[in-house]
Amino acid sequence: MYEIILIFLIAIVTLLTRAIPFLFFKDKTNQFIEFLGNVLPYTIMPMLVVYCLKSVDILHGNHGLCEIIAVGSVIILHLWKRNTLISVFSGTLIYMLCVQVLFI
Amino acid sequence: MKKTITKAFLTTIPVMMGYIVLGIAFGMLLESKGFGVFYSFIMSVFIYAGSMQFVAIDLLATSASFLSGIMMTLLINARHIVYGLSMIQKFKKMGQLKPYMIFSLTDETYSLLVSPIPENVDEKKYMFFISFFDQCYWILGSVLGSLIGAVIQINTTGMDFAMTALFVVIVLEQFLSCEKHFYTYFGFGMSLISLFLFGANQFIIPSLLGMIFGLLLIYKGGYKNV
Repeated sequence: MYEIILIFLIAIVTLLTRAIPFLFFKDKTNQFIEFLGNVLPYTIMPMLVVYCLKSVDILHGNHGLCEIIAVGSVIILHLWKRNTLISVFSGTLIYMLCVQVLFI
Repeated sequence: MKKTITKAFLTTIPVMMGYIVLGIAFGMLLESKGFGVFYSFIMSVFIYAGSMQFVAIDLLATSASFLSGIMMTLLINARHIVYGLSMIQKFKKMGQLKPYMIFSLTDETYSLLVSPIPENVDEKKYMFFISFFDQCYWILGSVLGSLIGAVIQINTTGMDFAMTALFVVIVLEQFLSCEKHFYTYFGFGMSLISLFLFGANQFIIPSLLGMIFGLLLIYKGGYKNV
């Protein structure tokens, strides 16, 4: 029973964090909130990239070489082909080869 | 209708790769702590928040108190509050589907929903199916992880890079689609500064607060162009 209650509580609080903006800014047209809505995607996506790469240690181990190679490949491929699927598939393949084969 | 669903499916393929792999990892880890497929299923259906579910494994395994469970959830998921702010306008037209759209707004779904919508699709259904497919992948992954993870050994090391690659592509698309790149640089700057100051495990909240505060100053200063 403890497990079910804990899972239920986590679910409720998670939903709450997602619902807060919709509950508080429901019908009001606040210009600043509208401004945030427009520009936040441009500032949050870079943060998510940093979040994905946050554990890379450039001072030790492989010095983040696999990450640099793979992110570099994604950028070059995407500038060349402009196709999200090709960029994501190839980048992931290159990264997997790098961490599994080149640097074990 | 069929075209809309197909387009939505194609858009979600990168997330499918990431979610199935991460989901399997989640299911396997949960299984190794003695919680079977029932738990991975209800967690992925009702909680549906990747990093939080990984933390929840620890909470369950260590019999953490309800209060610490609530506090951890608030801290880890506080970033969702900011995601919602970008979606208030977009979700207004979702009608009966709106509660589900709010419930299912993960990092990855957010990243797909803020990307441009293809032409000639039913916008409302397109957005719904992106959210819906994404959750299906996550549930499928976690259930698979619980069921077969311990039996079949596949070296999936590095496959979760699909998520990183997807985010890199989205940032690049944002960068190419507009003239001024101030907000992209601002986002990178703010997160790197807080990563440096607060470390990998707790940089998200300071970086979000910094962004909102910085954007408030920019807004007051009258600089609004994207």
